Amino acid sequence: MINSVGRDIPEEVLKATGMKPFAGAYARHNEKYTKAAPTVRGVVDPKESKMVDSIAEVLKKCEIKDGMTISFHHHFREGDLVVNMVMEEIHKMGIKDITICASSLGKAHNPIVPMIEDGTITGIQSSGVRGQIGEAISTGKLKGLAIMRSHGGRVRAIESGDVHIDIAFIGAPTCDCYGNMRAVGGKSDCGVLSYAYVDAQYADKVVAITDTLVPYPNLPASISQVYVDYVVKVDEIGNPAKIATGAAKPTTDVRKIMMADYCTQFVINTPYFKDGFSYQTGVGGASIASTISLGKIMKERGIKMGLGLGGIAGPMCNLLKEGLIEKLVDTQDFDLTAIESVKENPNHFEITASEYANPMNKGAYVNQLDFVILASLEVDVNFNCNVVVGSDGMITGAQGGHPDTAAGAKCTIVIAPLLQGRIPAICDECTAITTPGETVDVVITDYGIAINPRRQDLIECMKDVKLPFCTIEELRDKAYAIVGKPDPVKFGDRVVGVIESRDGTIIDVVREIKKYEFED
Amino acid sequence: MNPNLNRLRRSMMFLNAQKPSLIKDPYIYKPDSIMLDLEDAVAENQKDAARYSLFHALREIDYRGVERVVRINGLETAHWKEDVRVCVAGRCDSIRISKTESAADVLAVQAEMEKAEEEFGVEKGSILLMAALESTKGVLNAYEICTASPLLFGCALSGGDYTKDLQTKITGTGVELAGARQMMIIAARAAGKQCFDTVFTNLDDMEGFRKEVEMIKMMGFDGKSIVNPRQIAVTHEIFTPTQKEIIFAEKVVKEVDDKKAKGIGVFTVDGKMIDIAFYPGAKRTIEMAKAAGVYEGDL
Amino acid sequence: MEVKSTAMAGTLESSDAQVTVEPGTGIELSIESSVINQYGKQIRATVLETLERLEVKDVKVTVVDKGALDCTLKARVEGAVFRASGYSEDEICAGKKLPWGGAIR
Repeated sequence: MINSVGRDIPEEVLKATGMKPFAGAYARHNEKYTKAAPTVRGVVDPKESKMVDSIAEVLKKCEIKDGMTISFHHHFREGDLVVNMVMEEIHKMGIKDITICASSLGKAHNPIVPMIEDGTITGIQSSGVRGQIGEAISTGKLKGLAIMRSHGGRVRAIESGDVHIDIAFIGAPTCDCYGNMRAVGGKSDCGVLSYAYVDAQYADKVVAITDTLVPYPNLPASISQVYVDYVVKVDEIGNPAKIATGAAKPTTDVRKIMMADYCTQFVINTPYFKDGFSYQTGVGGASIASTISLGKIMKERGIKMGLGLGGIAGPMCNLLKEGLIEKLVDTQDFDLTAIESVKENPNHFEITASEYANPMNKGAYVNQLDFVILASLEVDVNFNCNVVVGSDGMITGAQGGHPDTAAGAKCTIVIAPLLQGRIPAICDECTAITTPGETVDVVITDYGIAINPRRQDLIECMKDVKLPFCTIEELRDKAYAIVGKPDPVKFGDRVVGVIESRDGTIIDVVREIKKYEFED
Repeated sequence: MNPNLNRLRRSMMFLNAQKPSLIKDPYIYKPDSIMLDLEDAVAENQKDAARYSLFHALREIDYRGVERVVRINGLETAHWKEDVRVCVAGRCDSIRISKTESAADVLAVQAEMEKAEEEFGVEKGSILLMAALESTKGVLNAYEICTASPLLFGCALSGGDYTKDLQTKITGTGVELAGARQMMIIAARAAGKQCFDTVFTNLDDMEGFRKEVEMIKMMGFDGKSIVNPRQIAVTHEIFTPTQKEIIFAEKVVKEVDDKKAKGIGVFTVDGKMIDIAFYPGAKRTIEMAKAAGVYEGDL
Repeated sequence: MEVKSTAMAGTLESSDAQVTVEPGTGIELSIESSVINQYGKQIRATVLETLERLEVKDVKVTVVDKGALDCTLKARVEGAVFRASGYSEDEICAGKKLPWGGAIR
C-alpha cells in the first residue's frame, strides 16, 4: 500500500505489525485513546530492601524469561555500559527471544551483535542504531523486525501500549537505596534522565542500576522511588570520557560556517525572529556555528530567546549564561558545559521525553518551537528527509527528535552539505524516509537554499533577502551535474525494519541489503 | 586584448592539483582566482600524477567563473615544459611562473606556451602569464619582468623563498619583506601591471592576517595569495570598496564628465577639491565595486 | 599502450581512488568502492572507457575508490597506465610527450 509520502508499505508488514500506513503528519490530531498501564507489585512492607547484589540476581527477582521486552535509555551515549552488562547476564542464563526497547543504541553496543546472531535478541526497537548492530539488522541477522521510532514516538508507543516493557533497566548516575535517581553527581554524570522517565512509569518491573549509591533521599529526583522495584550497585555504569566531551572548538570549516551564516540570515529575516522566540538546534559543526552567529545578532538587536529546547550543548548554555536565553529546557546533554549548566543554572530545566516530543499527549514542547535547525543524510525533491538509512542502504543513524521537532516547529531548517564525497544529499528519492516533507520548510546547502513551495509565506518574506535561493530541483541538478545521477540501492525482498512515524503509523520500511553485483 | 588582463584578483588561493578533495569545488568559497599547484605542494614522485589530475580538472570541472591559474614547476627543473603543455592543452586561464628572475624567464615560458598553443590549436594570447618573484634577483628585476610580455598580467611575491635568499626569515613583523613589497609594487605600477602579496601561513592568527592585508592594501597591492578558504572573506572585505567610497567615486566620475563638458577644471565634491587627476582612481573604484558585485548604481 | 610492469596512482583519501595496473591477458577489472551501490556502474564504465582510449588491451586493473569523481578516476587510471608503459616522470622530463587532448581526454 502506498502511504502519503509515496512509499510502498507491503501488506504483510501491515498485517504482521497491525500498524497503518502513514497518512500525514497531523492525521491523528484530536484522536482519543486510552493509555496502557503497567502491572505493579506493591511494596507495602517497609522492611523490604530494594537493594540487590548483582544483575544476575535482579534478573531472577524480575522473573526474566524468554520473549520478554526489556528497556534502556541512551543518556550515556557512546559511554554506556549498562546495555552490555545486562545483556551479558541474560545471555549467560540462556534466555532467548528478547526484545530490546531502547531510546537509542550506538557503537558502544557492538558486543550484543553475537546475541542477535544466536537468537538471544530477536527484536530491536530504538531511535536508531549505528555501527555493527545496524549492519546486523540490514544484513538480515535479526529474527524479528527492527522498529525505529523518534524520541516522541517512543513515548507514544509505550504510553499507548504498542510496546509493553516487562523490565526497565535504568542507569542512574546517582541513586539511593530506595530508588530515587538523579542524573547529576556521581561518576557517570549525564545531566538529565529525560528518556528514561516513561520506562519508569510504564514498565512492569523497574531496576535502577548505579555506580554511586548516595544517602537517602536523593533529591530532587529525576525518577522517583515510587516507580522503582530494585536497586543494583555495580562498579561502573558508564565511561565519562565518552558520555560527554569537553566543549567542542567552534568549527573552522569555512563551508560549515558559510551554511551557518546562511541559516542565521534566514532565521533573522523570518517574522518569528522576535523577542521571546523559541529555538532548537543540533550539535553538528554548522549548528554550533549558527548558534554562535545568531547569538551575536541577538545581542546587537537586543532580542532574547524565550525558550531553547532539546538536546543541549555548550553554545546554547553560553547564551543562557549571557542572559540571551530566558529558559533552557533540556532532554539530553552533549557536553560537559551542558551538564554543568543543568546542575547550576536555575533557568536550565530537565523535562521528560513525553513533555519534549510525544505527539499524543496534550501538547508537547516541540509544538511551541519557532525554529528547529536539523541535519539530514538525504533530502528528496519533496523535502522528505532520511536520517536513519545510509545512502548505501545500511541502517546507520537515528531518528532522534528529527520528525518530532520538524512537525512541531513553525520553521524547520535542514542544513546539509550538497555532497558528501560523491554522495548527493539532495536527490530524486531518499533511500528511506524518516521525516515527511510537509514538515520541512527550508534546506540550506553550500550550493544554495531551497524553500519548500508549501511555504509561500516564507518565500514572500525572503523576496529581498540576499541569499542564494533556488529550487530544490535546481539543487538536485547541481549535485547530479557534478557527481552523476546515483543508481538506486538494490535491496533484497525481506523487510528487516520499520521506520515508524511519530504517530505510530509506518512511514517507510527498510529492506535487507543485497551484496552489490555488476549486472553483466 | 585578453579581458582577463585586468580582472579583479583580490584573493588567489593555492590548491594542490594532486588532491581531488581540494580541487573538486573550491568555487564554493568564492575566491577570485585559484592557483592549482604543480610545484611545491606536489611531492617529487607525484609530478606526473598531478598533471593528469590537473588536466581533467581543467577540462571537466566547472569552476563557475573563478580564474584558473596553474603554478608550474620552476625553470631550473626538468618538469616545467610538460607542465606548460598540460596547462595549454587543458586551457587554463593563466600560468604562474615560479622563481622568475628575469625577462628571459618570462619569454622562455611564453615561447614554450606558444609552441603548445600551436600544437593543441589554442588561440594565441588566450592564456596569460604571471611571475612569482622568489629571490632577491627576481625582486631587483621586477620592472624588467613586468614589462617582458604583454601577456603577463602581474607579479607576486613569494615570501618564504625570498627571505631565505635574503638570509633572514618570516618574522611576523613584516620588516624583512618591506623592501621587496615596495620595489615590486612600484615596478608593477610603472609597468601598468597588477601586484600580489605573499601568503600568510599562520591560520589561527586571523588578527595578524587582517593587519597584513590592510597594510598591503594601503601599499597599493591588488590582492593576496591565500592558503586557506578561511582567509578569503577578510581579504575581500578589505579589498572591496566601501559604500562610502563607491558613492564618492560615483560623484567624482559624474562631476568630472559634467564639468569637462563645461570646460571647468577644478571643482569640489563633498567639500573636497577635485580635478581630472581623480578621474582614473574613481573609475577604478567603480570597476572594482562592479567586479566585486557590490555596485548598484548606473555608471 | 602496453602495460609492461606494475604501477599505481592515487591515494585512499576521501574523493580519491587508488588504481593499480599489472600486466595481464585481456582486461581484468576489480572495483572496490565506498559508493559501489550508487556509482558502481559509472565507475566501471569510466575505467573501461579510459582504458579503451589508451588502447590498453591486456591489463589487470584494481580500483579502490573512495568516492572519486569521474575526472579523478580517469586521471588515476591514466597515471597508473602511463607509469607502467614507459612514461615515468624521468622519461617525460627527458622529452617523451603525453597525448593531451588525444588519448588523454
